[in-house]
Amino acid sequence: MDDSSDSSSTAKHKFLLFVSGMSVKSGRAIENLRLICDKYLTGNYEIEIIDISRDKEQAVIHQIIAIPTLIKTHPIPERIILGDLSDKEKVLRILNIS
Amino acid sequence: MQKESKSHSFIFPKTPTGVDGLDEITDGGFPKGRPTLICGGAGCGKTLLSMQFLIKGITEYNEPGVFMSFEEPSADITLNVKSLGFDLEKLKAEKKLAVDYVRVERAEIEEAGEYDLDGLFIRLGHAIDSIKAKRVVLDTIESLFSGLDNQAILRAELRRLFHWLKEKGVTAIITGERGEATLTRQGLEEYVSDCVIVLDHRVIEQVSTRRLRIVKYRGSTHGTNEYPFLIDSDGISVLPITSLKLDNEVSSEVVLTGVPGLNDMFYGGGFYRGSNILVSGTAGTAKTTIACYFANEQCENKERTIYFAFEESPQQLIRNMKSIGIDLDKHIKKGLLQIHSSRPSLNGLELHLLTLRKLIRDFKPTTIIIDPISNLISVGSEHEVRSMLVRLIDMLKANNITALFTSLNKQTDSFRPDLAEESVSSLVDTWITVRDMEGIGERNRGIFIVKARGMGHSNQVREFVITDKGIELLDVELGPQGILTGTARQSHQLKRTIHEIKLQNEISRKDREIERKRKVLESNIESLRTEFESAQEELSILKATEELQAGLSSKKK
Repeated sequence: MDDSSDSSSTAKHKFLLFVSGMSVKSGRAIENLRLICDKYLTGNYEIEIIDISRDKEQAVIHQIIAIPTLIKTHPIPERIILGDLSDKEKVLRILNIS
Repeated sequence: MQKESKSHSFIFPKTPTGVDGLDEITDGGFPKGRPTLICGGAGCGKTLLSMQFLIKGITEYNEPGVFMSFEEPSADITLNVKSLGFDLEKLKAEKKLAVDYVRVERAEIEEAGEYDLDGLFIRLGHAIDSIKAKRVVLDTIESLFSGLDNQAILRAELRRLFHWLKEKGVTAIITGERGEATLTRQGLEEYVSDCVIVLDHRVIEQVSTRRLRIVKYRGSTHGTNEYPFLIDSDGISVLPITSLKLDNEVSSEVVLTGVPGLNDMFYGGGFYRGSNILVSGTAGTAKTTIACYFANEQCENKERTIYFAFEESPQQLIRNMKSIGIDLDKHIKKGLLQIHSSRPSLNGLELHLLTLRKLIRDFKPTTIIIDPISNLISVGSEHEVRSMLVRLIDMLKANNITALFTSLNKQTDSFRPDLAEESVSSLVDTWITVRDMEGIGERNRGIFIVKARGMGHSNQVREFVITDKGIELLDVELGPQGILTGTARQSHQLKRTIHEIKLQNEISRKDREIERKRKVLESNIESLRTEFESAQEELSILKATEELQAGLSSKKK
């Protein structure tokens, strides 16, 4: 939510994925995100996975309440998706990827 | 009622709330290490109550606290409670308080698949651990329901959250908005079952009153009534019924009434210290004057006094009393007297009572004057007023404060003008009535004692006048039809004076007559004596002549 000015023209997708330890839902979310990105954004993406059970301040900074949470920081608009991303159609629609 | 006298060995562990009066109702505070639900409508003081719980916990009981807000950013909260004298920034800097604002904006959030609220748990856990918090407030967790779609997940997670809080051993407050048919909109009471408190804010006849009720308190005794509470510059205070037992200490010390003749009407010479005195009367019968006299007298004796004036401003009262020779201003300057003026309709009865309570605590007066108490009665219904007055009088008695109330009677109710104040009169110890006595084209003031518990008193109706020197109780003037007042008294006095002068004249006339008679008697005695003397003289001459003749005849032989 902080960095919106920087290099949006490259259309490179940047994601922040917040997980908590090795929970089942967290694992599924990572897996689902990878699948989607590999299929639709081949090479043109960046995923940062943040484990808030270790980095607790990050949860406060990014206003995280639910786990897993995916934040798309680039390109704008920023989108926030809760859940393990198992509903692929919905995720694609929200992220505006086709 | 709320205090249990049985001597249990087990005491339910509780966390003091830090809210004035609430500990008394809850018999010690909120359940320790468990969540408590506070619910109520908008603007009834939920956030403030929970904030006070945290801050007092820090400042008075050294228990750090976490405030998790779902509604307001922490800067707003800081500003809101600053007006109550709470400095959140300082507490935050001292690592005693952690404030976390959880923002859930529905428009920004989409849901795809399953999730849980671990984020919230971790944030809360982090906040608790970072300052070793003992107290936690979640205000208002129901906001999550409007921010998130999946209610099933949310409910399951909330249940988990409350279990988790219990395991953490923190005393938590969860606030909730009042719902239509349920205590809270989302039925939070299902999850929090240890202690539920409902706050309420209602307006009756344009006067708003806030009330607090404990709906449920598992494992503990508690007051079940609705208790009025007040939000003022010191935060929240709840008003419990002070004591239902009448076991306060009594004093047999007598304080003077301040009105010279009135002291003599009480055989004890005044009022008992710590008693309640009611001065009732119709409009313009000098109730305020009597009250001021008492205030003045008390101040002269270095008694701290508070005067509640519900009809006059302090300046007006001081000016008016100056006109009859009482200087209240000097007592105020000395700090012995405080005059508090406000319209009774300014706030509800409870608020007045709480103000009083605060003042008693801060100023520690020995005398309180409420002028007039009947104006307070206009604020609430008769039932409310009575229960309030019981609390008031209990409170005053417990502090051994002598209290004088004035009460205005209705002019129209001439048969028993005091009937209106029946509720008050049975509660007071001493009852003085001042009344108009109308007749032969004039109005006079009379004063009499209706009752004086524990003290003999005069049964006479005494007339009194107010001059620029003050109140003066006149001597009783008995006429053929009883006690005389006003012109009748004056004409009676004149008649008596004339009668006395006449009598005096008669006596001196009689004196003079006697004097004259004595003089006559004396002169009579004198003339008789001279008569007698001359007779005696004649006799002696005769005797001498006879002797002489006898001597001459014997020489011839």
